[in-house]
Parts: sequence; structure tokens; C-alpha cells
Amino acid sequence: MKVTVKVNGEQREADVEPRRLLVHLLRDDFGLTATNIGCDTTSCGACTVLVDGESVKSCTMLAASAEGREVTTLEGLAASGEWHPVQDAFRDKHGLQCGFCTPGMVMAAVSLLRENPKPSAEDVRSGLEGNLCRCTGYHNIVAAVLQASSGQAQ
Amino acid sequence: MSILGTRVLRVEDPKFLTTGGVYVDDLRDPRLEGAAYVTYVRSVVAHAKVTVDTSGAADTPGVLAVVTMDDLREVEPPPLALPYLPPAMRRPWLADGVVRYVGEPVAAIVTESRYDGEDAAELVGVDYEPLPVVVDPHASATNEVLLFPDAPSNTALAFELGEPEGLLDDCEVVVRQQIVNQRVAPAPLEVRGSACVWTDDGRLLFWGSTQSPHGARDTLAKALSLEPDQVHFIAPDVGGGFGAKFDVSVEDMLLAVLAKRLSRPMRWTETRTENLLSMGHGRAQIQTVAMGGRRDGKVEAYSLHVLQDAGAYPHFGAVLPIMTQTMATGVYAIEKVAVRTNSVVTNTSSVVAYRGAGRPEATAAVERMIDMFAAEIGMDPAEVRRKNLLPPDAFPVTTPAGAVYDSGEYEKALQAVLDAAGYAELRTEQQKRRDAGDHPLLGIGLSTYVEITAGPEAGQEFARINVRPDGSAVVYTGTSPHGQGHATSFAMLASEELGIPVERIEVVHGDTDLVARGGGTGGSRSLQLGGAAVHQGAIEAVDQARELAAELFEASPADVTLDKSRGGFHVAGSPDEVRSWGEVATSADAEHGLIVDTDFKAKGATFPFGAHLAVVEVDVDTGKVRLVRMVTVDDAGPVINPVIVEGQRHGGIAQGAAQALFEEVRYDDDGNPQTTNLADYGFPSAAELPDFELVDMATPSPMNPLGVKGIGEAGTIGATPAVQNAVVDALAHLGVRHVDMPTTSERVWRAINDAKKGSDR
Amino acid sequence: MIPAPFDYVRAATPDDALAALGEHGDEAKLLAGGQSLLPLMKLRLAVPTVVVDLTGIDELSYVRDEGDSLAIGALTRHHDVATNDVVRREVPMLAHVAGLVGDPQVRHRGTVGGSVAHADPSADLPTALLALGASYVVRGQQGKRTVSADDFSTGFLETVLEPDELLVEVQVPKAAAWGYEKFTRRAIDWATVAAATVRRADGSVAVALANMGPTVLRAAAVEQAVASGSGAAEASALADEGTEPGSDVTASADYRRHLARVLTSRALAACLSGDRD
Repeated sequence: MKVTVKVNGEQREADVEPRRLLVHLLRDDFGLTATNIGCDTTSCGACTVLVDGESVKSCTMLAASAEGREVTTLEGLAASGEWHPVQDAFRDKHGLQCGFCTPGMVMAAVSLLRENPKPSAEDVRSGLEGNLCRCTGYHNIVAAVLQASSGQAQ
Repeated sequence: MSILGTRVLRVEDPKFLTTGGVYVDDLRDPRLEGAAYVTYVRSVVAHAKVTVDTSGAADTPGVLAVVTMDDLREVEPPPLALPYLPPAMRRPWLADGVVRYVGEPVAAIVTESRYDGEDAAELVGVDYEPLPVVVDPHASATNEVLLFPDAPSNTALAFELGEPEGLLDDCEVVVRQQIVNQRVAPAPLEVRGSACVWTDDGRLLFWGSTQSPHGARDTLAKALSLEPDQVHFIAPDVGGGFGAKFDVSVEDMLLAVLAKRLSRPMRWTETRTENLLSMGHGRAQIQTVAMGGRRDGKVEAYSLHVLQDAGAYPHFGAVLPIMTQTMATGVYAIEKVAVRTNSVVTNTSSVVAYRGAGRPEATAAVERMIDMFAAEIGMDPAEVRRKNLLPPDAFPVTTPAGAVYDSGEYEKALQAVLDAAGYAELRTEQQKRRDAGDHPLLGIGLSTYVEITAGPEAGQEFARINVRPDGSAVVYTGTSPHGQGHATSFAMLASEELGIPVERIEVVHGDTDLVARGGGTGGSRSLQLGGAAVHQGAIEAVDQARELAAELFEASPADVTLDKSRGGFHVAGSPDEVRSWGEVATSADAEHGLIVDTDFKAKGATFPFGAHLAVVEVDVDTGKVRLVRMVTVDDAGPVINPVIVEGQRHGGIAQGAAQALFEEVRYDDDGNPQTTNLADYGFPSAAELPDFELVDMATPSPMNPLGVKGIGEAGTIGATPAVQNAVVDALAHLGVRHVDMPTTSERVWRAINDAKKGSDR
Repeated sequence: MIPAPFDYVRAATPDDALAALGEHGDEAKLLAGGQSLLPLMKLRLAVPTVVVDLTGIDELSYVRDEGDSLAIGALTRHHDVATNDVVRREVPMLAHVAGLVGDPQVRHRGTVGGSVAHADPSADLPTALLALGASYVVRGQQGKRTVSADDFSTGFLETVLEPDELLVEVQVPKAAAWGYEKFTRRAIDWATVAAATVRRADGSVAVALANMGPTVLRAAAVEQAVASGSGAAEASALADEGTEPGSDVTASADYRRHLARVLTSRALAACLSGDRD
């Protein structure tokens, strides 16, 4: 079946099986490999992207269900050329190590800050409950999201 | 001003934060064009004779081949995971008539697409004729059921130290406990994966998600009866390894066989379920421990028996008890020590290296026993530690286990965490809550630890420094970072000596054609060996450059100086006439510049140490534990880049705390795994963990010129017992003296109930 | 992991969905937010031959104040329930509980109706809705019927819904006094056990439990005890009466029974004191 999705501001189209998962549409059909797959059970959040501006696990959405919607992946976050404050903050605060959870974590954080621009540390921790990281122990990820929310680089 | 010790942000990060890393499954290399996909059909029974019917799958559209062990008879069996493991327990390419754990590959399906493979896997018929299942290591140790008919027993390896008989006879006080250091999953976020192609020159080009590309290359060459240089191994970005990606697995290696047979590039990426079934697990020791000493707090004797669950096919895990034995007495001066270890096979996934690898198990045992000893004699656990720590003037110390600890300030580390945490105030608060019957209960746990890194033998590592004609530099390292930031810290080390800015230094790793040799990244070896090699190579490069500059100046090399601030050379007394790095490198070789290869050899292993303090709150009604504070000293010598070292500490602390609180791989009595996905396996998120409070301390090591030790595994070694001790401490007044890990709410609830019943009797 | 192949029908209206169900019957599965169904399909524990995608049916996403109750469209997402001002004001418990489902990403996709129809005994919303005394409006080929939450779930992942029926609306009586206690190992986990308590408009107290049997269920003995004047502590001792909790990797049946008592006690205390509004 044909699926048309606006991905990172660009209208894209693919002919896929109905069972195609959104994450495979992005990675294999559109070549957007920043979005990763880390589990089978909607647990890890590595595949998190924005659908119509909200965080969604792209391994738990059919490509077909994305028809006509707007999808933003990590690759599209700095489309204007300017890094998003969350990207800056992850670097400043060393909020990543191996980088595998990072695309999903960043997109989850962007969504979190859209819904709650001034979160407490606890809000950040509970807001990232759906994203697993094995490297950082989350300490610097939380610090990064708080820095991004404060709107000031350090 | 030196760049070393400053907070340089990682040069790796812009890529990860904009386009994402390029992991194996992300590769779009043209040489992989037309690659077929491999899917493994895995056993669903723990121990059985199997017959495989491939006919259903073989005729399915999109299926290129269905391969079983019968198709691999003429291929040499894969090499042993380690040379000294019993050959009779060797893992075959695919199950050879018998499966020994749930998840063992019984067939490999090659398909045109990823999706086809999963469909076809359902069509392979596997007939299981059940055999008796051995899950409990105690049952294995009886040898009543032998998992390998050609092996005389289920023991894969055993070690011993000292004489346990009568060891504790003269002690005034003896405490004993059986401690389960449970099986956990390494669970890197990126699962295993690989891709390969036989290139026109007859070589094998192999991309693998590994921590040690050179080791993986050698293993692969051995498996395929090739010379190492016939294999070009590339580790692209690797999404975490944690010990479990050291080397290359049989499932990875079979791709090369299939690629040759089908004359096509091959790709494989496992699922998370497969990862939890078959990548291997960590820890998995049953420890029978006794500690004896005097009522004044002096510990005199320590006896440790380790029953190591090696899993079905012995791997690193079978060997790790030697590390547990080496570090058995930890930071303490204990005169009499005996250790016995027995690594036995069971019908479970193989036990492999996992962050800490044998040392966390040693620390967990001795730290739990110190607390138990303290409770027994009614002394504060901090005080008991103080009374038994090896003093700073004792170093180097040769322990009863034969380890030579290089340097240490154990009491200083302990005092630093006690001060930073406000230990006295915490104890007061705890007592106040207990007296008032207030909830939640407060628990304070300590651990003081020492571990061994880049050992047990003195290690070595390769580096190449190449200063290019344009004055920029490339550092080649045999380490293989996958999150540890070598591209940044090794550039800092080179910059420090060369005076070339970090932005102009590129670090190359992970490609066996580009890097001559290397030991990879694992066992916290990288900075002290690979970093020291870069340091040494950079110094040698400067020496050679001074000679080259001397020729340009027509001066004596002894008179030529490198002005690091200007990135150029001049003759002493004539600072105005400068030959830049570019000029000097060009004079070495106009095309390639100056190239210096070096191998750094350490004087010996290093022994990082520290102290952790955990504070937990326990809901006495439900048993739920909440970790509220972690205060740690992790002393690994001078810090090259605090940003990266803090990150290593944070990650280790989280993983260590996770073992204490949440994580456990479980099998039922029939060997059926109960934790096959991340919904069931207790991998914590940010919501379960607190911020970590780090206290800095830096005691240099004499084993390398940088004075550094490994920091990668400190957290998992120090944190686990501190958190476990905190949980027990919270319940101590209720009569609880031990809770096994993970200290789940149900375990805590049961421990409270059992203590109540005990006091009722 | 990838679902087995299926045919796909995109429904733009409830009528579309009903037509597809009329054609395919029990071969078909309805896909709402997919946050429970898709994981099951990926693990191939669910293998429908037809998937009817409801995500485009905008008309079933709404919250309406109907005086004594709220009407919530079946395809209203958890996130929208949790953040909806009317829900937060009129049935604050429901907003609170919707905010506890899964994680933010799951709440951005998952729907109230999907959760109810999936009938997982450990799910939060069905538990809360059972205590609240909700009714479920179901459309079939012949028309509408309304089913009480008490009668809805018939077994593990089983409901009274016929294969050709569609849950279209959840009707929730307003309630001010409530308690909800969810116990999990990790924040993201399904409830090990959860207890929901509501003081209903008629003054009675309802208690519902998650994960204490094959369906979400009422703690009838507790309700009776409260009705006859028992306090929270005394009444909650009966919380596990008549339940059949299972054992799994997170908890044994015994421990679940214990948790049911503790959580019910806490949820009851909150409800009876009315200190939540």
C-alpha cells in the first residue's frame, strides 16, 4: 500500500506492506537511520520520534497509521541549521555516551519540554520513564533537560 | 596551561546529536548492496535431543537457504571462547542434535528481506525429545546429569587458594551466609548485529558490534581457517557493550560461512528477545561465605566458596571466579584466606563478562560480610571498616590472593564519603524515625572497594601518531571506544605533548586495516594502556620532530625546543624563527608526514578503589525500596577529562544500583526464561534513580606514566553492595540480617515477615 | 520483531469500521492506539488476518460534560484525558489515572476505548472506570447498547464485545472523593496491583482492583464492610477476598494479596477523608 508522510518537513511516499512499522519506514524506506530500535515491547524508547509534534514510539505504530501526518526525527530537529536547545544541552552536560538511546531520548525530551516548559528534576525523571539508557545512569540526561528548559547554555 | 584535567566537551557528540551514530544496522555501505538477511531459529526447550525439519521454510518465497548443523559438517567447529576451557564443552555452530538452553540456535535462515526471515522462522519444524534439565548450579555440581557426555563432569573450571579447613577455628566471632549474586543481563541498548561480504581480493570484510575488533578479527580468522590479515574487521559505532560484546559471537561468525556459501553479503541484527536469550548473562554466583574475627572489630579470617553458574557453553563467565578469588579480601588486611571456586554448566544461557566481571562479585561478598560482622559485634559498619582497611603506608601490598595493589588511600576515601553524605546526621535521622515509628524506614549502606583493572597480567597497547603535512594529527589506537570518549580524551593526551589543538587531532579506531594491532576496550584498560600509548607515542613524535627540525635549522637536536603554545619548533635562544609542525612533518615525508608507531607496556595491573554510601527509604508495608542518595568516591588516579570520568562513574553507579534493586534474569525449573524482554526484565529508567553525588579523589598509580587507573567498572563494583547493605540496614532493627539481590519489594516484605516470625518463636 | 502479514482497512468513520467488522468478523482486529495490540502482534501472540485502523476516526475523540456524567469518545487518547480541563475538574481521578498509563509516548497514542476493550486486568483505566461506575456504549450492526463496566470484562483479555461491535463511548459518572494506589516495580510497568476507590454520588463507596484475577474486579467484601461502617484499615483487610491473583516475575500471588490489602487501605483512606479533590 502507498503511504504518504511529511517527514522532517518534506513530503515522502513509499509503497509498503500494511504491517510495515513506522520505524522501518523511516529507517529502511527513507534512510533516516538516527532513529534506533532497542526492544520488541515498547519499553526502551530508542525509536521515539515526534508525530504531529508529540513523542511516539515508532516501533509501535504502523507506517499506515502515519498517513498524512507529520513526523520529526532527530535528523529534522536542527533543520533550520540551528541546534535545538535540547541538542546543545545534551552536549554541554555530556548526556550521551554510546549514542544509541540518544535520538529517542532527545526527541522524548523535546516533547516533554513542549508540554511542560519548566519541569522539576522529578518531572524530567518521570517524563523520561519510557526511555532507557544503559550508559549514563541518567544523571547527565536529567541535567541536560533541565538546562534546556532554563533556556541558558553554560 | 595543561589541557589535561579540564572539561573538554566530547568531539564525538555533534554527529550523535544530529544525524545519529552509524551502528551496524545503519550501514548503507555500497559493498553491502544486495545483502541477504540471516534469522536464527532458536530452541524453545532447555535440554532436548532435536531433529529439525526445514522443508516448510525452504520452499517459501524469499527464502534463500535454511541451514542446520548437518549442512556445516565440513566447516571446522568454532574456536573455544577461551583457550583453556574444556574442548568437550565447545559450542557448535548450530545445535548438533542436542539443545542445551532456550535460545540456542538450531537453524539459520537466509532471506531476501528482514521481514521474510521472521515469517520463515515460524515454518521450521523442530522436534524436541526432552532430556533432564539442570538449572540449579547445586544440582549441576552433583554431576548426576552430565550436560556434555564427553566431559567427565559438569565442572568447566575450578580454582583454589589457601586451606578452608579449620580456617575460622580460632576466631572469637564467626558469621556465615550464603549469598546469591544473581544472574543479570548486560543489555546494551544496541543488540548484537553484524554484516559481512567476501571482497574480490578474497578477503572477508566484516562489520561487527564489538568492543575488540582485533580480537574479533583473530577469532574469526581462526574459525574460518584464515590468516588474520585475510579478515578486515570494522567496529562501526557500537551501542554499548558492557563486557558482553568483547570478541565476536558464534551467531556473528556464521554469517561469514553463509556469505561464502551463497556468494552474497549477509546481515544480521538480533531482536531484544534474542539478546536476552542468547547474548549471555553476567554474575550468576552462589557464594558460601564465612568471616571470623574478634569482638574488638578486627577481622582475622575469610572463607569464600564460589559456585559459578557458567551457563550451557562455558564462556568468560566460567573463568571469572579467578578474578573473584584475586579480589576476595578487597580493601582489608585479612591474614587468613581460603577460596574455592567451581564453575559448572547448566541449561541456561552462557555467562559472559559483564561490567566488573568477577570483581563486583568479590566486593559484594566481602562487603556484605563486613556489615554482617559489624552487626554481630554491635559495631558501626564504618568503624569496622576503618579497623581493617589496608593503611596507606602499606603500598604496594601483596595480598594473600597474590595480587599486588599498586596504591591506595582507603580510609581517606571512606572518610570523604562519610563527610560528604553527613553520615552522623543520617544515623541520627535513622534513629529518630525508628524511635518514633516513622515511615519510610531509612537505610544507610556502605561499601569500600578495590578492584583490578588492565590485569591480571601487565597489559600493553598500540598507538600510532601521525602528524600530517598540514600540521594536523591523526591518532590511531588499538582500543575500541563505544561511548567512552577516546576521540576526545586521547586527542587531549596527544595535544598535551604535541601542542596541536584538539580540534586538529583526529582519533581513528575500530578498523583492523587502519590500526595495526590492539586489545580493544574492556576491563577498564583503555586509558591506562591505550591512553598511555598515545602519550608515549606523542613524546616519541616530538623527539623525532626535534631531530627533523634540527636538520631544518642545521642545529643540534638538543638545542631544538617545541613551543606548544605556537605549535612549532625553534632553536633555543632564537624563538622568532619557528618551523611549524606542518613543515617538520613534511620534511619527514611530504605525502604522509611524520608517523610514529609505539607499543606501551604497563608495569602491572592497577587497583582503583573507592567508597560508596547509599541511602534508601523502605516502605515497611509494601517492602518497596527507593534509592534516595548515592555518594561516592571513585579514585582512579589523575583525571584526564572530568566530563568523561563523571559519566563513567554515573553509568556504573546506575548499573550497580540496578543489580542491587531491580535486575534479575530468571529461569523456571524447566529452564524456561522468564525475563525475555525489557518489559519483564527490570532495567531501570530515570524515574527509578536519584542524582549521584560524586566526591573527587586522585591517588596516582606507579604503573604508567599518566598515573591513571581504570574508571569504567568502578560504579558497578562499589554501588551494588552499598545499596544492598542500605536495604538490610533499613530493616536491621526488625531483626533482618540479609536480603538477597535484587532487593525487590516482595523479598523485603518476606524478610520482614520472616524476621517477625523468628522473633515470635 | 515484525507482525505477521495482514490485510489493512483504514476506517474514517465508525460506520466504516462497522462495515469492515461486518465483513471480516472475528478475523479482524481493531487498531486504536495500538499500544497493547501492536506489541502482541510483534511477538506474534496476536495474529489477526485483518486490521481495521481506527486512528483516523476523529469524531470519536471528545470529552463532553453531560451534567451528572462525562461522555468520553472511545478514541480519546490517554494524554488528552489526562490534560483535559473538564476531566480534571469533574472526574479528577480519571485525569490522574490516565496520566499513569504506560509512559508519555504510550499516552500520546493509546486510547481510553482501546484500553477498555483490550481488557487487560492490570490496566489502570479499566480499574478506575470500574470503581467510578462507568458505562460503555457499544455500536453493532443493529444499533447501540450500553454495558455497565461491571459486566464488561468476561475473562483475561475477553469482553462482552461481539466480533462485529465497536466501543464508541465511555460514560463516567462524576465523583469527587477518590483514591488510587498503583504499585509497580518501575514507573513504566503495568500495575503489580492497583486499588481504586470512589465515593459515588449516592454516597456508596466502590473499590476496584487491578491484577488480582483474570479481569479487573470489585472488592465486594471491602465495599460491604465500608457500607456497614468499617474504617479503611478494617475494611481493607478483606481486599483479597474472592480474588484469584496470579504469580509472575514481578510478584507471587501471596504478595499480590498483601499488596491488595495495603493499597486498598491507602486508597480508601484517601477516599474516605475526601482529602483529594
